[in-house]
Amino acid sequence: MKRSYANRDLIQRLGFSLLTLLALTTVFPILMVVGYIIKEGAPAISWEFLSAMPRDGMRAGGILPAIVGTLYLTIGTAIFSVPLGIAAAIYLSEYARDTFLTRLIRIAIINLAGIPSVVYGLFGLGLFVIFLRFGTSILAASLTLSIMTLPVIISASEEALRAVPQAFRTVSISLGGTQWQTIRRIVLPQALPGILTGVILGLERAAGETAPILFTGAAFFLPRLPDSPMDATMALPYHLFVISTQVPEMPFQIQYGTALVLLIFVLSMNIIATVIRSRARAKRQW
Amino acid sequence: MNSIRKLDWQEFFIPRLIKASGYSAILFVILIFFFLLRESLPTFGEVSLRQLFSERWYPIEARYGILPLITGSLLVTIGAMVIAVPFGIGTAVFISEIAPRWLREILKPLVELLGGLPSVVLGFLGILVLAPRLRILLDLPTGLTALAGSLLLGGIAVPTIVSIAEDALDAVPLAYREGAWAMGATRWQTIWRVTLPAARSGVLTAVMLGIGRAIGETMTVMMVTGNAPVLATRLDSLFRPVRTMTATIAAEMGEVANASTHYHVLFFIGMVLFLISLAVNLAASSIVFKAKKRAERVLS
Repeated sequence: MKRSYANRDLIQRLGFSLLTLLALTTVFPILMVVGYIIKEGAPAISWEFLSAMPRDGMRAGGILPAIVGTLYLTIGTAIFSVPLGIAAAIYLSEYARDTFLTRLIRIAIINLAGIPSVVYGLFGLGLFVIFLRFGTSILAASLTLSIMTLPVIISASEEALRAVPQAFRTVSISLGGTQWQTIRRIVLPQALPGILTGVILGLERAAGETAPILFTGAAFFLPRLPDSPMDATMALPYHLFVISTQVPEMPFQIQYGTALVLLIFVLSMNIIATVIRSRARAKRQW
Repeated sequence: MNSIRKLDWQEFFIPRLIKASGYSAILFVILIFFFLLRESLPTFGEVSLRQLFSERWYPIEARYGILPLITGSLLVTIGAMVIAVPFGIGTAVFISEIAPRWLREILKPLVELLGGLPSVVLGFLGILVLAPRLRILLDLPTGLTALAGSLLLGGIAVPTIVSIAEDALDAVPLAYREGAWAMGATRWQTIWRVTLPAARSGVLTAVMLGIGRAIGETMTVMMVTGNAPVLATRLDSLFRPVRTMTATIAAEMGEVANASTHYHVLFFIGMVLFLISLAVNLAASSIVFKAKKRAERVLS
């Protein structure tokens, strides 16, 4: 009897150690990746690198057009996907009843979230670039990225809206507020931090994506900055792909520097989202 | 008076606008399906089915056999899941059941961070850091192999698995665990025999969505798997270059003429990927749906 008790404790200890080991081997490489890119990329970062055009077939100079391009694409994506995504989330959380059509919307969102990014690229090529004649442009790429980002924004926003206690709505309606007034003045402000977190995480994904913009808006090399939404553009992720696979004799420093700038771009969005979420959690009174 | 009229206007239009936005998700899925179909259907007039499912992908000589690409995708994905399933579920269990609160608060954002790393950055490190090491370590002619793809893809699928599996474990009522503890079970026994089985549908969903994530990943596999469209049917194919469906589309679409046969076949591959992701996601959501039904029966 005693022995079997000792056995169970031993098994528990072994099991816990195994799980701890699994978790640490999962997390450790993440820190390694980030640390390694910071270490190798930091020497490349200079004012010139961030603010100058590429020279010598991109083997020297800066990466300004790629930085500006990614900024444009992220803003373009936000313009389309944020209002649409939040509105869809409001519909699902505040208006929709549990009907067949509502279930169909949910299934559609789940499927949108699972479609491979390169298939979004094909879709964008077929619809925006060719059928609607936008050409390979910031507009076409932003629209493609928006649809890819939409499920992330909808799911996160709906979750945030649903977390607002029902009593808040009841009180507002009982005071004579209409449903839209209730949503706009009571529910939305309460859910804002959660929505914002979801929006930023969605845009973070869009900013780091390459496959959807490959055939819809990314340019291999542009000697100038894009000056209209109908122009193609360089972008950080695509630029990193180009200089690490397509350009021979590329100095490592520029490759690591580009990777670092992309990483900073994406990680700062990630950190902002995490901070908003944890601050809102700490301040929340319900 | 004026403000009331304004209110009426808002009350009329805004809910309708919101409703339309809600339905837009369905519209987009239909649009994606329609445009893939539109651009891929001509394939059947231009390439025979027998050729399409043959073993040779060599578009320059008009050989459009997609079998090597399918086996390439399968091989890399299976390899990725062998890594991602134990690590993903193990990490989820650790975070949700074992780790003290402070450690959980560190681990969760870190795993999320991995989910946010652009795949092109992982591919870049794969080329410069991982592949050369694999080449030396395993004494291969090149490190750009299916194995390199599987290793990185495993890392990409882990955050998906962790976050969904962890949600499922969190959703198991505390009373289940307390019941087990009260009967003298150790924490380990409780995890193994009560909590994990209770969360199994969620864990299964996590694995399915992880598979979906892995099979659809593009940039990383394109950069590190060496891009050789050869049939991968044996275990040692893992140590050779392969090429996946996603990588083929990404690598070749930029160079084909619109409306050529090659262009249509690439869209056909996109359609296959779309249908795979549709199947995976429908299966995953039906598992959740069934589990909900069962839980309602048990609790009522």
